[in-house]
Amino acid sequence: MNAFEITGKAIDLQIFRERLLDLSCGAYVQFDGWVRDHNEGQKVLQLEYEVYEPLALKGGQKIIEEAIERFGVSHAHAIHRSGLMRLSEVAVVVGVSSPHRSEAFDACRYIIDQAKVRLPIWKKEYYENGHAEWVNCQRCAHSG
Amino acid sequence: MKFRVKYFAAFREATGAGSEEIDSRATSPAELFRECARRHHGLQRYSSSLVAVNDEITGWDAELNENDEVLFFPPVAGG
Repeated sequence: MNAFEITGKAIDLQIFRERLLDLSCGAYVQFDGWVRDHNEGQKVLQLEYEVYEPLALKGGQKIIEEAIERFGVSHAHAIHRSGLMRLSEVAVVVGVSSPHRSEAFDACRYIIDQAKVRLPIWKKEYYENGHAEWVNCQRCAHSG
Repeated sequence: MKFRVKYFAAFREATGAGSEEIDSRATSPAELFRECARRHHGLQRYSSSLVAVNDEITGWDAELNENDEVLFFPPVAGG
């Protein structure tokens, strides 16, 4: 199974965690990204993620391999959602297990930070005022 | 040369198309994006952050070949 997955269904965190259990590991770090009810002063009602799966899966796998290599952790796994999501749902989960905690924290942070900037995944927010907007795309707008 | 161009997220909405066939003299993704922005005025206010050719992330000055599939990605926002 790929260490980085995309799913359109709710993520089962219990099953996710069990996959990373290892008797040689004394540390397990998990990051959950939740759907938040506000952004930049606007009330958010729901989110939509668009994912270009061929490159997101390949890029996500590479990020996890980099984290294992760089920090020497035992196991790492991540799942990112696609499609429409309600408030408080888990949009992304990253889990890392290792003999000791320090490298597990570092590797978990590395994976989520890199995933946010390197993978072809886009987030659209739907606001209370009826508008919807692709997040970050104002940054790519230019004057000419 | 003929290319297949794919647009995602904000770009798809700006162009009104998920993909299109383009016959172009562009020799690089940068030239091709400029040409697409001339065709689709909605793209003109954007710059693209990443480009992939045949499912490989590549540079804006990469060489294009006949029948390449060129993917223009708006700034990403995962997580």
